[in-house]
Amino acid sequence: MAPAASLVDKIAAANQEAHRRVLAGDPVLVDVLLAREAMPGLPDRTVLHAGPPITWDRMCGPMRGAVAGAVVFEGWASNLEVATRLAASGEIKFEPNHHYDAVGPMTGMTTRNMAVLVVENRTFGNRSFCTVNEGMGNVMRFGGNDQEVVDRLRWMASVAGPALGAAIRNRKGVPLRNVIARGLSMGDEMHMRNAACSSLMVRELAADLAETAERDLGRILRFISGNDMFFLNIVMAMAKSVIAPAHGIPYSTVVTTMARNGTDFGIRLSSTGDAWFTGPAQMARGLLFAGFTEADGNPDIGDSCITETIGLGGFAMAASPAVVGFVGAGTLADAIGYSRRMTEITIGPNPEWTLPTLNMMGVPTGIDIRKVLATGILPVINTAITNKLPGRGQIGAGIVHPPLVCFEQALLQFADVHGVH
Amino acid sequence: MEIHKLLQAEIRVVNIGLRAFARDLERCKTSVVHVDWAPPAVSNPRIAALLAKLGA
Repeated sequence: MAPAASLVDKIAAANQEAHRRVLAGDPVLVDVLLAREAMPGLPDRTVLHAGPPITWDRMCGPMRGAVAGAVVFEGWASNLEVATRLAASGEIKFEPNHHYDAVGPMTGMTTRNMAVLVVENRTFGNRSFCTVNEGMGNVMRFGGNDQEVVDRLRWMASVAGPALGAAIRNRKGVPLRNVIARGLSMGDEMHMRNAACSSLMVRELAADLAETAERDLGRILRFISGNDMFFLNIVMAMAKSVIAPAHGIPYSTVVTTMARNGTDFGIRLSSTGDAWFTGPAQMARGLLFAGFTEADGNPDIGDSCITETIGLGGFAMAASPAVVGFVGAGTLADAIGYSRRMTEITIGPNPEWTLPTLNMMGVPTGIDIRKVLATGILPVINTAITNKLPGRGQIGAGIVHPPLVCFEQALLQFADVHGVH
Repeated sequence: MEIHKLLQAEIRVVNIGLRAFARDLERCKTSVVHVDWAPPAVSNPRIAALLAKLGA
């Protein structure tokens, strides 16, 4: 009889399985629906937000501003003042997007009547969701909440969203794995640079939109093609759909969630269920737009670092010479260094998503908390920096890391579950 | 090479660890290769003990 596998062997096998499932994913953009249609379990008077769970009293300025705007958008309050009182009263329920297989950039607002992208992982049959990117400037993801923001969201839910959904269904979905591979070779790292993939999506969808859009075709095409970050929300839903099947593998020490709410950074581990391991959200370091200082910035916020959990974003920085300067990361050599360093804390490469400047090395995939703690190398995340005042928008871009304490807590919990002391 | 003659010849440096040292040498037009390395950073003895048992 073969000897029983040791705990260390079981961890190794579980992590290989997590890595295999991520690589086996076949994510396809299949629809755009209202959140209440896509997520039937999403209750009324509930606001989904980015990051780990948080209460109103601990929310940062942009998050509170966005919540008030979302409450007005849903018609739960007639104006922002009433909405703010309602949100503070406990009448509105707050939950992380991740509890509904969803993700959202920056403040990450998702409510029942917002349009969401639907990505289906056809290998495993699971679906993930993300709101449609609103564009730049005065937008809800940065805490914007005035009439312009609400009106745009209503147009997205009633006109642009249904048109995009019809176009996507008309062509029976847009397979995303190859789009990502092409994007990496065209200079996108899919977190802070999505210019190539956004352009590819316009090419993918324009003809179908022309055939299916009932009105506003010109406005819809300008809305998409005028936004270099249109693809960000698609890649986020894609990343969530790809990592989700790797969650729930006993003995795995692979990180399946990284997310921030502007106050806390939280991670979740494949084998420790729904438990969040949190620490203080950090300030990103990078380049600020003219006229701003570090004092204007809000701590790290958004679910967008789901891209890093599958090897994109900061992990794929070597693919994107253009983003290196934008996030203040130094030179191309530094970018290559970041991607190489992430190989020290991951299970293995993804051979389908390659980095030309690293001799076609696959992106480093599957963060192992043991490797993070043993090396002291923290995951690198490319990110936007938002103004700490609601609705003022992006003030720069930079690099940020999760706090080490998240990984320490996760390891302690993992060890406790397995009786290791 | 005798140690006192070291600085009389062309200096070529391999810098391990802190990048700032390499940058200073580059500014002085000294030939330098930087090796990106850091010592294992487990400062918490409890974490270190658990990692040893969990295969890291």
